[in-house]
Order: sequence, then structure tokens, then C-alpha cells
Amino acid sequence: MSTVSERRGPTLLMAVPALVFFTVFALAPLAGVAVLSLMRWDGLGTPSWAGLANWPEVLGDPVTHEAIWLSVKVMILSWVVQTPFALLLGLLTARRGRYREVLGVLYFLPLLLSSAAIAIAFKALLDPNFGMSQALHIAALSQDWLGNPDLVLFVVVFVIAWQFIPFHTLLYQAGARQIPAVLYEAAAIDGAGPLRQFFSITLPQLRYTIITSSTLMLVGSLTYFDIVFVLTGGGPGNATRLLPLDMYLTGFSNNDMGRASTIAVLLVVVGVALSLGLSRLARFDRGSQQEGMG
Amino acid sequence: MTTTRTRPNIVGGLGGFLWLIVILVPVYYVVVTSLRSQAGFFDGNPLAPPANPTLDNYKLVLDNDFASYFANSVVVTLATVVVTVAVSLMAAYVVVRRTDRAAAITYKLFLLGLAIPLQAVIIPIYYMITRLRLYDTLLALILPSIAFAIPLTVVILANFLRDVPKELFDAMRVDGAGDWRTLWSLVLPVTKPAVVTVAIYDGLTVWNGFLFPLILTQSPEQRVLPLALWSFQGQFTVNIPAVLAAVVLSTVPVLVLYVLGRRHLASGMTAGFGK
Repeated sequence: MSTVSERRGPTLLMAVPALVFFTVFALAPLAGVAVLSLMRWDGLGTPSWAGLANWPEVLGDPVTHEAIWLSVKVMILSWVVQTPFALLLGLLTARRGRYREVLGVLYFLPLLLSSAAIAIAFKALLDPNFGMSQALHIAALSQDWLGNPDLVLFVVVFVIAWQFIPFHTLLYQAGARQIPAVLYEAAAIDGAGPLRQFFSITLPQLRYTIITSSTLMLVGSLTYFDIVFVLTGGGPGNATRLLPLDMYLTGFSNNDMGRASTIAVLLVVVGVALSLGLSRLARFDRGSQQEGMG
Repeated sequence: MTTTRTRPNIVGGLGGFLWLIVILVPVYYVVVTSLRSQAGFFDGNPLAPPANPTLDNYKLVLDNDFASYFANSVVVTLATVVVTVAVSLMAAYVVVRRTDRAAAITYKLFLLGLAIPLQAVIIPIYYMITRLRLYDTLLALILPSIAFAIPLTVVILANFLRDVPKELFDAMRVDGAGDWRTLWSLVLPVTKPAVVTVAIYDGLTVWNGFLFPLILTQSPEQRVLPLALWSFQGQFTVNIPAVLAAVVLSTVPVLVLYVLGRRHLASGMTAGFGK
């Protein structure tokens, strides 16, 4: 009796509204972008069939090549900058205490701000004439941060880190709070110092958090758009024209939606490949761990 | 024991202090500059407190339709959050309480949806919105925003609902309650903390969203706040204090919400990925 009614559950109709929204405005566009990558469309008229013509154009375009390369650079730099800070801050804020509560409010402030607000604030702050270079008069800080093509990519990585480190800090904070205190107590009795404890307990215990955070970071770096768009617009020249921005400019400035869709498909494929690869890494890790225990 | 605790505290404390400065300098700069007059902005030290603080910049921003952009943001955010939470709660109830394949596939579909990057599908969405004759309307922002908020919302609510003891549902059935009454008098009350959390998260995402408004709207009448900040930048050009005053004004409601519901927000940020 209970199994029969158990199987019935609520009517499937209740899932229909969510499914309809999701299918029409998220799933169908995903299929649509693949179809549009095979079309020519200026954004106004009717799309016409182009077959695979967009693909060699996109794959042979030096601007897009550069955009791919820039995106890879930003992806790697972002991971290298954000992970150690997020990890350290996560561990720091994981401990509870009164003053940490207050600090916590400030630490996570960037989470609340829109990319547009953050980009506008930094644009003003980094302005060589009105920003901090006029305040501090330290030569090393008085650069044309956003105008120098050799510097600007690092500035973009920094501003992105400013925006996203708090989110990853929260992940590490949640992970660190789940490490049993007994492990540290036992290690302390065995005479392990703080460094030893960090490498022998904290890091191994956090490995799934590290994989989760890294996956979100690496895949997420393929979607950095708004902050770069407002901060630099891709410039100077094409120095910060990352792949999503390349897609936007190709589609909405050059009115070539077909090519832009091809770039979008590229983004999806790389993103899915990355997350599948990383989740396989996680599963492999979990499997070998079980083997070791068996 | 105490000695092992001291050293990481110094390293961590130093890192924490450094991060505090990195966070506070831009925030401080924005607030201080927004209180400067144009002349004060060009003359004084940008990081010193303003010699003659003024609220003129705020007045200028408010005189330039800020209230209407603000109202648009409120409409889009509220509509998106209310619809998203309602339909997601229903869907979560289905995927948790049904054990058949249809429910399992539905759940898998939403999990897959977590991985769809909004940027990559913006062109087909633009195509659909123009064909539906919704271009440059608030509805053009609301519909896709709901679709992209649903996957994470369903997953978080479903994870929460899974921990609700089966006996409660059985008791409802014994009482003769149908699906809708169960949803209203059991599912909604027991998932309330998760609903609040996820509503705040969804609301923040929509409030700060930039790409949909950039692509799907055009006229000042349909402009929402993040886009307004960007266009203020073009409109006020060198009047940076006014632009930064707009930045402050657009952030105030979020700050208020943050202070009121901080605990919910922090747990909500990681709820979907906490495994």
C-alpha cells in the first residue's frame, strides 16, 4: 500500500511550469545557438542557411585566436590568484568569534555589488588623472593601468579576483567548518606544527572543495563579460577582448550573428569539456581512495 | 595546543588585514568621491575626505530619472523571484516525492541546466525576444531571467526537501490532503528557510544582472539600474562624482537586505555547491 502511493507522489503537472520556462528560454536557446552557428544573420532580417561556412571563418580569424589565447591566460591567472586567497580567507573566517562576524560583513561586500558598479568604481580609481595615483604619489602605483596594453590584462584579472574571491572564500569556509576538530587535536598531540597540519590535514580534507571551487572558477572564467565590457570594452586595441566579448562585438557591433553564434558554441563546448574533465578527475580521486580503503 | 594556534593566526590575520584593505580602499574611494563637488574632485587628494562635502551629486542623479530605473529594477527582480520560487517549489516537490523515471529525468534536466552559460545563449534569446515582439519591454528581461534562475532554485529546494521525513507526507495523505494542499500547508512551511535563502540569491543575481538588459532593452523607459550606471557614465562623462553617487544609490537597497538577511545569504551562496 505504502509503496504504491509512494510511487504515485504529486502529479507531474506541478513540474510543468518550471519545465516550460526552462525549456523555452534556456534549453531551446542552447539548441538555437548551434543552429544559428550554421546561419548568416545580421540581427534584423531573416537568418539564411550558411552551412559550415562560419566555422572556417571563425577558426581562421586572428582576432578570435587572440581572444581564445587571452581567455586561457585570464583563466589560468585567475585560478592562480584567487585560489590561495580564497583558501586562506576561508580558513580564517571559518573560526567563529565576535570580531570575525564584523569582518565577515566587510569581507563579503563585493558579492553584493553589480559587475557594472565594480567596473565603474575601479575605472575611476585607476584613472591616471583623478584616481589613486594622484593620492599616493608612489611611482609604482602611478600607472596608466587601463591604457597600457602590457598591464591591462593583469588589472582585469585583479578586478575579477576582487569580485569573485569572496564567493570562493564562502565555499572554503563551509568546507573548513566540516573538518573534524579531532584531527587537529590528534595531530597536535603527535607534535605536528601548524604548517604540517595544514598540509597533512587541511589540504587533503578540503580536496573536494578545491575541485568544486576550481571547476566553478575555470568554467566561470569563460563567462567574464560584464565587468570587462564596462571596465575596458576590450581595449586598449584588442588587449582585453576575451572570448565572450569577442562574441558580443562580432554579433552586436559587426552584426554578424552567425559568426558570433559559432564563437558561442565554442564557449559551450570548452566549458562542458572542462567541467566533465574536472568532474572525472574528482571521481577518479574518489575511486582510488575507496580502493585504498578496501 | 595554544602554541599551535598562534602561528596560523598571525599568517591568517595578516592575510585578512590585507584583504580588508583591498576591499575597503575602492569602497571608501567611491563613497568619498560621491560627496565631492566637481571642483573638489579636480583639485584635492582623491583619497582624502572631501573638504566641502556635498549631496549635489545625489540630487543630480535623482533628477535624472534614477527613481524610474530603480522602479524598473524592483519590478523585474520581484516578478522574477516570485515566479521562480513558486514554479521551482512545485517542481522540487515533484522530483523529491515521485520515484518514477519522469521525475528523475526532470531533475537531471535541471542539473544540466546549471551548466548552461547565459552568455553563450544570448543570441538565440535575442532572436526569440524580437520575434515574440517583446524587445525593449520589462517582460523581455523577466522571462529569460526566470528560466536561468530555475535550475539552481529547484536543486537547492529539492536538496532541502529530501531531508523532510516521509511520515509528514504520509500524515498529510491520511488527512485526505491533495497535492496542492500538501504543497501549501507542508512543503512551503518546512522549506521556508531554503526559500528565503534562494529568493535572496535569485534576487541579487537579477538585481545586478547586466547582459539581459544590455541586449534585450534599449529605451530609457525600460532601463534597469546596472544599465543605468553604464549609461550615466556616458551621460555625465567627466562628472565622475555623480556616476559614483549613482553607484552608491544602486547599492543601498542591497546593503540593507544584506544586513537583514546575512546569514541566509551566506548559506545560500554555497547551498547549491556545498557537496
